Amino acid sequence: MNKAIPNIKAVFKREFFAYFNSPVAYVIVVIFLLATMGFAFLFGDFLRTNNASLTQSFFFWHPWIYIVIAPAVGMRLWSEEQRLGTLELLITMPISPWHAIIGKYLAAAVVWFVALCLTGTIVGTVFYLGDPDPGPIITGYIASYCYALACLAVTSAASAFTRNQVVCFIVSVALCLLLTLIGYPPVVDSILKSLPTWGEGLVKAIAYTSFMDHFYDMTKGIISIRDLVYFASVITIGLIITDQAIRSKRA
Amino acid sequence: MINVQNLRKEFGSKVAVNGVTFSVEKGQVLGCLGPNGAGKSTTMRMITGYFRPTSGSISIGGVDMLTDPETAKRSIGYLPENAPLYSDMTVASFLGFCAELRGLTGTAKSKAIDRVLELCFLESVRNQSVDTLSKGYKHRTCFAQSIIHDPDVLILDEPTDGLDPNQKHEVRGLIKRMGQNKAIIFSTHILEEVEAACSRAIIIDRGKVVADGTPDELKKLVPGVNTLDAVFRAITKTEG
Ligand SMILES: Nc1ncnc2c1ncn2[C@@H]1O[C@H](COP(=O)(O)OP(=O)(O)OP(=O)(O)O)[C@@H](O)[C@H]1O
Ligand SMILES: [Mg+2]
Repeated sequence: MNKAIPNIKAVFKREFFAYFNSPVAYVIVVIFLLATMGFAFLFGDFLRTNNASLTQSFFFWHPWIYIVIAPAVGMRLWSEEQRLGTLELLITMPISPWHAIIGKYLAAAVVWFVALCLTGTIVGTVFYLGDPDPGPIITGYIASYCYALACLAVTSAASAFTRNQVVCFIVSVALCLLLTLIGYPPVVDSILKSLPTWGEGLVKAIAYTSFMDHFYDMTKGIISIRDLVYFASVITIGLIITDQAIRSKRA
Repeated sequence: MINVQNLRKEFGSKVAVNGVTFSVEKGQVLGCLGPNGAGKSTTMRMITGYFRPTSGSISIGGVDMLTDPETAKRSIGYLPENAPLYSDMTVASFLGFCAELRGLTGTAKSKAIDRVLELCFLESVRNQSVDTLSKGYKHRTCFAQSIIHDPDVLILDEPTDGLDPNQKHEVRGLIKRMGQNKAIIFSTHILEEVEAACSRAIIIDRGKVVADGTPDELKKLVPGVNTLDAVFRAITKTEG
């Protein structure tokens, strides 16, 4: 146990610098910034909404952006390791596979943190143009980051199953999209309308497992322990599946 | 140091390793021979804790690999087949990463890096990206990684693969010298290497150990022939 922190740190450091040693991280961060700004200004009526609350115009688009971009960041985590054969090297080091799983996941998470911090300019604009309530902005950022982390956990799990990054990317996007849509209010409402009343409980229960359901609650300015626990569980489950997939490769 | 009992590995219905038993003591170099697909790499992957055996036991310096892998792996240095490397790193940063995972930090780490760079003749490519190295240099970089913590046990899967004759000679010499105070297993398809570096050799065929002895003993196994090469072919000739 005393070895855990240095081991995780070593793996984290390698993985984090690997992101910035290749153009991938820069490309993704730039596209993410352009996408968040673009959506907010073009489609979000960002400048015309009177309440300069960011939640509608800015954070609204984040889940949809993450569905595509988080898998692009996470797809290399374990796929690359298998393609290069370095998984064998990593696993035969005197560390627990968990140190590697957590270290790598943290590296991807910090890349996102950096990207999200860079969107701070938009927050600056809001403060400059109006006198917004900082509450929803802070909770919006927390919600947005939780969403990104959940998508990354899904991608980490998918990447452990395949050595092919493209396959991992497509599977992760599909899974993230699914986990988003089953809780997306317009989708849920239309299903509820077309179903007889007995189906309502079931649909609501399924919607509850969606990232979206919990994201909406949080962007409204309320951070509940329930939603945080939800995202923490998604991440934990994603990493446990990662561990199981790596184990099965070696069995 | 290395004690392997009745090791067996199945992939689905295919039996890759079928009841392999041997042990290697400190000061011994064990050569591992066998045709392609015999199960040499699979055996090594089990000993190093990468594959989980279907059955059997592995102990490294008295520590059981299956129940306490983290401790057992500490005393092993391993060069996997095909020498995998992180392509986005430089030679020195790759070795630094491996040293950190081995628990080396600060000056101990930089000393270890310098030592293996010199031992493996890699000083000239110290800051070169692994991606742009030639095959032989890649192989030596991965070899350097396996000895960075000066382990008691060395498992080398085809350590001379892809090296030029000079480097082959150097690596053989290095293995022989290190073998004086380590337990080493290495696999190879070059039979003269066995005579040059090993104190003992086993021949694995279709998952089973079919011969075990010093190179001289092996040569006498089959009557009428007197080279290791001829013995190898006589023993592992496929039926039918
Ligand atoms: N992950 C795997 N899944 C299924 N079969 C495998 C796997 N790894 C190895 N095998 C099979 O196990 C057998 C032994 O392979 P192994 O790599 O151990 O041979 P080897 O003795 O190292 O051969 P070579 O001299 O070519 O390196 C082969 O038939 C191979 O196809
Ligand atoms: Mg092999």
